Amino acid sequence: MDGKEIIARRVAGELRHRMLVNLGIGLPTLVSRYVPEGMVVAFQSENGIIGFGAQPPDGMEDPNLTDAGGGYISALPGAYSFDSAMSFALIRGGHLDMTVLGGLQVDASGRLANWMVPGRMVAGMGGAMDLVAGAKRVVIAMQHAARGEAKIVPLLTLPPTAARPVSLVVTDLAVIEPTPEGLVLRERAPGVGVDEILAATTAPLILPDAIPEMRL
Amino acid sequence: MRKAISPEDAATLVPDGASVMIGGFMAVGSPHRVIDALVARGAKGLTIIGNDTGKPGLGIGKLIDAGCVARAIVSHIGTNPVTQKKMIAGEMQVDLVPQGTLAERIRAAGAGLGGVLTPTGIGTSVAEGKQVIAVDGRDYLLETPLRADVALLHAYEADYYGNLTFRLTATNFNPLMAMAAGIVIAEPDEIVPVGVIPPDHVRTPGILVTHLVERPR
Repeated sequence: MDGKEIIARRVAGELRHRMLVNLGIGLPTLVSRYVPEGMVVAFQSENGIIGFGAQPPDGMEDPNLTDAGGGYISALPGAYSFDSAMSFALIRGGHLDMTVLGGLQVDASGRLANWMVPGRMVAGMGGAMDLVAGAKRVVIAMQHAARGEAKIVPLLTLPPTAARPVSLVVTDLAVIEPTPEGLVLRERAPGVGVDEILAATTAPLILPDAIPEMRL
Repeated sequence: MRKAISPEDAATLVPDGASVMIGGFMAVGSPHRVIDALVARGAKGLTIIGNDTGKPGLGIGKLIDAGCVARAIVSHIGTNPVTQKKMIAGEMQVDLVPQGTLAERIRAAGAGLGGVLTPTGIGTSVAEGKQVIAVDGRDYLLETPLRADVALLHAYEADYYGNLTFRLTATNFNPLMAMAAGIVIAEPDEIVPVGVIPPDHVRTPGILVTHLVERPR
């Protein structure tokens, strides 16, 4: 199992029956593959649909039915489409149970940076600022470190996405929960030791007595 | 009743230097034929308001490629390296607005509101220079209405009154923009006789639409 699959499977463990969930583009999209058997989860795509399914077979695509990345999707029975004001009313208005987003950095206070690297990459925030400000739970799905550089840092060096701390950070090495006291190391990836996690993290981590392996 | 016009005639209604809302999300639900006609006309100095700048050669990206755009007010440019390059080179101004805030600013303009209060952007660079207002102990940013000279929309069906329907994720910003511009030009996939679209299915009433573009040939 590679790092991405570990992250996607572990984040899927946060899903609950009948939740409304928004998945960001990229790694977070993989989470939809691991919805537990028998559980019904409604996925929202912020370009205007709840209840979408996999890409249709070749030749059966609808140019008016795509995900937020512009890829073709299908609409499941019971799906619902809407305009951008409604889409973000759902996101900010307390109707979205969970969002899963990628991250560039998370700091000791649980703040996220994920929309630009000054001088290098200016993607824009898209819907990320609304999602972090508005979703009931914000789960970050990201690699623990990038090219040897820590992404879980004492203080953000990149522009923040919101003032509000995220709810949970899931990486290929660990599950970390931001709390008012600081970042708590909750779980380890299979076969990963606490020392390895500490070595890849520059933010201080609170270590509880028991730090079990992730259940995938 | 009104006569549908050609995309070329629609493009002449968009003056150089105008502010132009363009519907679409990653070019899905964008008025592609009017965009092509704007490029062919050689439009200059436009301020584009939309969700994103598409990709090079796709949607609003065609206007960026052709140098028609002086300024873009959008939520995302990550899929268009040309926009990023022109922004860094100072050839184009880019104002990044959170997507939900962009939708609400356009809605506010169309609804006659003086703005909206949103928690989005608190504690970020988006809050710079903006008024923070506390309501019931929670901080909100005051975001002001966003209006344009012209709105260019894509619709699924229209009738000759200009009543519009939209489909699935091609809806996105189109019905919001129909409310927030001086001239509203709609490019439908199909035009049907008046009375064919049931009143409950009309998403944008024809009284809001200034010009209807003919169906694709």
